[in-house]
Amino acid sequence: MKNDIEQAVLSETQLNEVAFLALNEAKRLGAHQAEIDIAANKGFSVVARSGDVETVEYNQDKVIEVTVYFGKRSGSASLSDVRPEAIKQAVEAAVHIAKYTDEDPAAGLADKDELAFNYPKLSLAHHWPITVEKAIELAIQCEREALQQDKRIMSAESVSVSTVDAYSLYANSLGFIGGYPETRHDISCVLVAKEGDDMQRDYSYTTAGNPTQLESISHIAKEAAERVVRRLGAKRIATAKVPVIFYNEEARGLLGSFVAAISGGNLYRKASFLLDHLNKCIFPSFVHLQEFPLLPDALGSAPFDADGVATRENVFIDGGILQSYALGVYSARKLGMKTTANAGGLHNLTIRPGNKDLAGLLKTMGKGLLITEMMGSGANLVTGDYSRGAAGFWVEHGEIQYPVHEITVAGKLQDMFAHMVDVGSDVDVRGNIRTGSILIEEMMVAGS
Amino acid sequence: MGFSMMTSVIETVRHDLLDPAGLTDNELQRVIHQLAGRRIDYADLYFQSVYAESWLLEDGIIKNGSFDIDRGVGVRAVSGEKSGFAYADDIMLPALLQAASAAGSIVKQGKELSVKAWTKLPGHALYLPVNPIYSFAEEEKVKLLQRVDRYIRDKDSRVIQVSVSLAGEYDTVMVVATDGSLAADIRPLVRFNVSLIVEQNGRRESGYSGGGGRFDYHYFMQDDTAFQYADEALRQALINLEALDAPAGPMQVVLGPGWPGVLLHEAVGHGLEGDFNRKGISAYSGRMGQRVASELCTIVDDGTLPNRRGSLNVDDEGVATQYNVLIEKGKLCRYMMDKRNARLMGVQSTGNGRRESYAHLPMPRMTNTYMLPGESDPNEIIASVKKGLYAVNFGGGQVDITSGKFVFSASEAYLIENGKIGAPVKGATLIGNGPDVLTKVSMVGNDLKLDSGVGTCGKDGQSVPVGVGQPTLRVDELTVGGTKSS
Repeated sequence: MKNDIEQAVLSETQLNEVAFLALNEAKRLGAHQAEIDIAANKGFSVVARSGDVETVEYNQDKVIEVTVYFGKRSGSASLSDVRPEAIKQAVEAAVHIAKYTDEDPAAGLADKDELAFNYPKLSLAHHWPITVEKAIELAIQCEREALQQDKRIMSAESVSVSTVDAYSLYANSLGFIGGYPETRHDISCVLVAKEGDDMQRDYSYTTAGNPTQLESISHIAKEAAERVVRRLGAKRIATAKVPVIFYNEEARGLLGSFVAAISGGNLYRKASFLLDHLNKCIFPSFVHLQEFPLLPDALGSAPFDADGVATRENVFIDGGILQSYALGVYSARKLGMKTTANAGGLHNLTIRPGNKDLAGLLKTMGKGLLITEMMGSGANLVTGDYSRGAAGFWVEHGEIQYPVHEITVAGKLQDMFAHMVDVGSDVDVRGNIRTGSILIEEMMVAGS
Repeated sequence: MGFSMMTSVIETVRHDLLDPAGLTDNELQRVIHQLAGRRIDYADLYFQSVYAESWLLEDGIIKNGSFDIDRGVGVRAVSGEKSGFAYADDIMLPALLQAASAAGSIVKQGKELSVKAWTKLPGHALYLPVNPIYSFAEEEKVKLLQRVDRYIRDKDSRVIQVSVSLAGEYDTVMVVATDGSLAADIRPLVRFNVSLIVEQNGRRESGYSGGGGRFDYHYFMQDDTAFQYADEALRQALINLEALDAPAGPMQVVLGPGWPGVLLHEAVGHGLEGDFNRKGISAYSGRMGQRVASELCTIVDDGTLPNRRGSLNVDDEGVATQYNVLIEKGKLCRYMMDKRNARLMGVQSTGNGRRESYAHLPMPRMTNTYMLPGESDPNEIIASVKKGLYAVNFGGGQVDITSGKFVFSASEAYLIENGKIGAPVKGATLIGNGPDVLTKVSMVGNDLKLDSGVGTCGKDGQSVPVGVGQPTLRVDELTVGGTKSS
């Protein structure tokens, strides 16, 4: 089976031409400033099930977003078509919209001296020279190995292998044009196990920018199998206040709530419980949170942010104290501050790991709940109120006793942050937030 | 009106999607025959163009607007359990042939599938084929947002932040398939949202409301609908200012009518989608004909409601949507099917084959999912509860289809004490087990209500607009995820 779509993502030169065309058209139509963002990617994903390929999907996407400014009024347009006439039409549409928007004092491009004219070249693109046939073979092999791990494993819901080559470009009318290629490769294995009437699902995955950093098929198969089987026989626990450990994968979501609460967009809308908290103590003094935007091969790295501003190693929390908000040009102006190069988000936010691994954290906790899965989206950023569905394990004497499910955990994010007891050394580096497991002193668990 | 309407829709869509590229039936036949030259059971082409706009008011000014165009064609080849899929974001013959070649590569060359002659499939005419973007002049759109903003700020001085947005899209689709299907649909969709923040004595709380459906912007002007959303957002925010900590633990819960039907979407709906049941990995697998809910519960998925956000004249495989009874008087009687899962399970498509766009594969998805009304007076239902929770508004939800565990998050709830509605409590997540929860429904109100048109359902990374609804329900036990020991 041959991948018949052999043409590459549009070349850098072609994308640059699209950008110049759009900026020139905006100028021709009288815009004072303009900016364009292009995200192009190409790749494929395969899914195997029951020893055979189930789906093969070829992806190639382009999203082009243009914003024009007439003084402090703006208009935007997006499209997926790079033909010159389509680009011109989109710019025209954006110009049309700008006739009806209001003057916004905070609107406009970054100041010229903030732009990353000499941005570093990062090592973020590592093409995975894998054929569709080979990817299918890997997926089938992963499923086979997973099913052999335990006879209670009933089937695989899906095993998938995917790879994508992407190119991001940002250009504006101040003469900035920047672009860089990136890659992302994933293997995931989702299994279903059954014992009596009890049926459970769980998964394992590996994801990396560099294919040499992917975990092996055997590792994924084994981990997925262990995870699904250990959930069988889950019970509910009694409603009570107990210490809680968020396993590293779920600790990421907890820090994600912190990120949202210090993000400029929520702050200027007064929609954050961390409004007016700069230089205040939010976490215990051992907590240090910093971003590392220039790490080679990391999926969260970027040489410049969505405004074209050079990224930097911002420290957000030091000694438990909030040092900085996460701002882009627009939100910074709204707040009367300076951009922190976080338009579009943070880059490899990392919480300094502690000395104990997960087993060590369990010992520290002694008795309580280890959360390995969360459900729903019950975090209210305006108030900090937090209530979500959960599953995991009941722990006593520092050891896992039995799986639990159909429970909720609730508290206030302010209290959860302030009563963080420890961060594990078991750092999960697969996402844009890098953290070990996190032990929280106490949360309300609702069960039977 | 049916047939003539469909004919004109097909001609309009053909003009918009195919004519610019000079694509005629001959070229489409060529692509379909190229696919059918392989050992496949089925193949289809899905042409789509979406024109969308949005306008945002924030801080009292029209902050931005955007206009978005997305056009493309998806090509799928199916053989047994296998699907090959590719798409192109320009509708041109070379790109189409290339996509077809890639999609078809999932199976070897083989005996040619005989392609049936295309016949226009019957579809509904549930909404007018209008482009909402042109239903208001730009000045009118902007003015509506400004008026709603001023209205709600003037109404209560505790309002410190208001965001109002208006969005509309004009989505045209056309499907042709080897089984002879030829169908097209023009799908308008509009949405109006108000979110605001109030502050009192240093405490800030938020409120949100909105709605929409498959019509044009005039809907928001009728009966001051847009202003009512603002009133509702304010009401919720003010109630939140008074809210106490929510209780924790299992208790009797009364769910209000309308949007709380998200319970049905999560607890039942997803578990009855054909793909999970074909694989035998749903908590409802193998339970056809069994009792999965109390006798009071009849639950339908209905894609045929006029103008509803979750409705479609034809699904994304060209099949007319249906009124599907999923659970009748407590008994499980139907799964929701797309063509592929239906073929593999030896049944018919139920008109639930949906996809986010041309760049995504179709799957069985819900449309508008709701419970039919019962006989109880809603006041009687509340009066029957000695101690419990009355939950009337929700955020989103989520379900683990295999274990059946589901959550949904209340955003407005009250304690019930001795049959009376008491103090408001803070938002809390409710958790339960799908196949159990409906067996615990002990009273069903006579007040069926559908939501206001705000639902979006996510599955395998694909989002589609949906609707939910229900009458007031009493559930004898659900676990409430508050912070206060009860």
